[in-house]
Amino acid sequence: MDINIKVGGEAGFGIMASGLLLIRTFSRGGLKAITTNDYPSLIRGGHNVLLVRVADHEIFGVDNYVDLLIALNRETVDLHKDEISEGAAILYDGESFQVQPGDFAKPVNLFPVPLMKLAKEHGGDVLMRNTVALGATLALVDFDIKYLESVVKDQFGRKGDEVVAKNNQLAQAGFDYIKQNFPKGFNKKFTVSATPANKQMVLTGSEALGLGAIAAGMKFFAAYPMTPINGLLYYLAGVAEKTGFVYKQPEDEIAAINMAIGASFAGVRSMVATSGGGFSLMVEGTSLAGMLEQPVVIIFGQRPGPATGLPTWTTQSDLHFVLNAGQGEFPRLVLAPGDIEEAFELTAEAFNLAEKYQTPTFVLVDKYICESYFSIDLAILAEKKVSIERGKIVSEAEQTKEVEFPRYQLTDDGISPRPIPGRKSGVFRENSDEHDEWGYSIEDGPLTKKMIEKRMRKMEMAQQEVPAPTLYGVKTAPHTLVGWGSTKGPVLEAMRQLTEQGKGELVNYLHLNWINPFPAMQVREVLSNAKHVIDIEGNHNSQMIDWIQVKTGIKITDRINKYDGRPFFPSEIIEAIKKYS
Amino acid sequence: MSTIADFKTAFMPNWCPGCGDFGIWGALKNALVEKGWGPADFCAVYGIGCHGHMVNFLKSYAIETLHGRPIAVAQGIRLANHKLPVIIVAGDGDTFGEGTNHLVHIARRNVQATMIVHDNQVYGLTTGQTAPTAQKGFKTKSTPHGVLEEAINPVAIALAAGATFVARGFAGDIPGLAKLMVAGFNHPGFAFIDVLQPCVTFNHINTYQWYREHIYTLDTAHDVTSRAKAFEKALEWGPKVPTGIFYKIEKPTYEAQTPQLNESSLVEQTLPPKNLQALMEKFV
Repeated sequence: MDINIKVGGEAGFGIMASGLLLIRTFSRGGLKAITTNDYPSLIRGGHNVLLVRVADHEIFGVDNYVDLLIALNRETVDLHKDEISEGAAILYDGESFQVQPGDFAKPVNLFPVPLMKLAKEHGGDVLMRNTVALGATLALVDFDIKYLESVVKDQFGRKGDEVVAKNNQLAQAGFDYIKQNFPKGFNKKFTVSATPANKQMVLTGSEALGLGAIAAGMKFFAAYPMTPINGLLYYLAGVAEKTGFVYKQPEDEIAAINMAIGASFAGVRSMVATSGGGFSLMVEGTSLAGMLEQPVVIIFGQRPGPATGLPTWTTQSDLHFVLNAGQGEFPRLVLAPGDIEEAFELTAEAFNLAEKYQTPTFVLVDKYICESYFSIDLAILAEKKVSIERGKIVSEAEQTKEVEFPRYQLTDDGISPRPIPGRKSGVFRENSDEHDEWGYSIEDGPLTKKMIEKRMRKMEMAQQEVPAPTLYGVKTAPHTLVGWGSTKGPVLEAMRQLTEQGKGELVNYLHLNWINPFPAMQVREVLSNAKHVIDIEGNHNSQMIDWIQVKTGIKITDRINKYDGRPFFPSEIIEAIKKYS
Repeated sequence: MSTIADFKTAFMPNWCPGCGDFGIWGALKNALVEKGWGPADFCAVYGIGCHGHMVNFLKSYAIETLHGRPIAVAQGIRLANHKLPVIIVAGDGDTFGEGTNHLVHIARRNVQATMIVHDNQVYGLTTGQTAPTAQKGFKTKSTPHGVLEEAINPVAIALAAGATFVARGFAGDIPGLAKLMVAGFNHPGFAFIDVLQPCVTFNHINTYQWYREHIYTLDTAHDVTSRAKAFEKALEWGPKVPTGIFYKIEKPTYEAQTPQLNESSLVEQTLPPKNLQALMEKFV
């Protein structure tokens, strides 16, 4: 059983917060849930929508139809009436506006609940009608209200018992109203086991990135506010003091990356986060990190461009940008996590790679994964062993043997021992001019050549540790989808739904999350053996097709693209594959 | 304890003979000896310009950054290791062309660092285009008919941005400049020192002789704790040009106001933090 719940209303009325309460409630009751949001680039006014998909089985993406519409205003009905599935439930405040069955193309069940009236009767304000709606929703699907009560307690506990009690009262009022007036409820219901087996986390991709950075021992984080990395910024700013790292909001992204380079030079793990526009300002800094051979982790949250584009929507259109930004040739590493687990794991890994190869390392994500909420078993993240590998940082004893330490020693693997400033001896210099082994500026031809080769040798070393990409599904499928980053979720969800329909062998999926270095050999093998390959990306130009061709010589011709700012929906993917069948 | 020889590298300066950079370089070494700092006791952060070549002529912990960016890099170093003194060596293009934004913000943050600006009104390294500090009417290769803009006033900008130590020195007065630098090192906060520096190749107006005829040193009658008086002095540019300390007050540094740095510097703290499990539980 799974249900797609859409909550819509005017921006600024707490829809996001209510949606989070709802997904946490379901998650505590042992269900799986994913929440995505659509919102305009406004503080107040405009239309806000939250989609909560909840199921009693594993899910990987959200659908583009609605089983239960919670309409906090009439506009929500007008805008989303065509997304309704047959027999959908419409929950709305019947005393605030009218809704008729004829408003919808398909038959629906109307559940008018006097949200405002009930909120006021129990001493709540206009924002609290959302809480009434939450209670009513749980009643409709027969979900135990005690899970909401426990979430409310944790969420509002620090505001005092009175606030907790009032919220519970309001939820109960909505719950009771449905039970009394619509005892049959909605025809889709959840039967919940008494004690859910596993503790589940509910978190956004941004928060998983943040936890990954913390697990890796990040000590310095600089980020200028920008959608879609603000969630990461808020999370890390909130826990910085108690965790023991510094978050600095700088004057611009130029300062952000240069501060991070400075902190890294001083010996700590450092990170920046931004989107395409902000990264445009970080480009010279990325090149600087490449030349100085200074590790820095760059979280790049994609949103549609060019220019300001669609600031609050999603895309995968900055792959080429990340792979090519910066003057000169220098090694850069690019990882692209596809879900919560990968966001955590690959961010932690990015710090190891950055320090091992002493070069800028990217974690390429997007608005969809950054801002959507996912439920995941706590144990999956908590039991991950994050190792901290700091590469060739030299010991104090080693560094202080001589007055001066050669920062850029020519080595077989291209990686030079890395000293730390502030020690009693062993001074060294890093230099943005081409330099000799001691960091002194040079213009000498042969030595310049050696230094460029030394830096690029690091890329060859990194190449050796690329893991094989995962091929999901049956090996012999007639179609092979190739995708990267957050496309993983919608594709796996499409495959799950196909399996449910008995067509699980129609397609498999090659997921790429190490972009540079790239698993060229394994990808070449999978693609050569595949019966029919389709590239799938959230952009117009199929940028990964170019990269795969560069790395493997194979040119993929069939492709699925989406570039309207929305993530892929499983039904769209299934439809697109069927065109080739 | 240190000596001038401790800072010697295998390279001799490649500045033009008579360049003001020599005076600043000499004053800096004198100031370091006076302060008792050896090459391992501080970190120099350079921008790009003729001054930036000093990375090759002064042995110390050092990082040569990009044009305009030494201030940003210096702040990252300070936040990661606030026990390591930082000296920012920058040019007038670094500071008032590409890096003005960074200057304004380090000043208001009061991150502890001594900033030495090589102010010669021209871009020497790129062969003599105008700098933002050039006087109106100044003719250069990029302004053959003379600069149309008013000159940037470094001292006034630093004051307006909230710097807690603002001074002006002269590259031709090595003892006086060294004294200002030591005062900067000793200042608990952001210390800004604009250094008037002749460019013997591209600036034939603001020569050693011109400066000697025009500058005077602020005396004890000047109240360095008065921002208003400091502004008044900052606006003087002809017939006489004041040098010395314009303004000096104490305010908490950014580092001191960051609780994470109370016990130890970030670089001294062990990895990873102990609260990861608790942070994860928060999401349940």
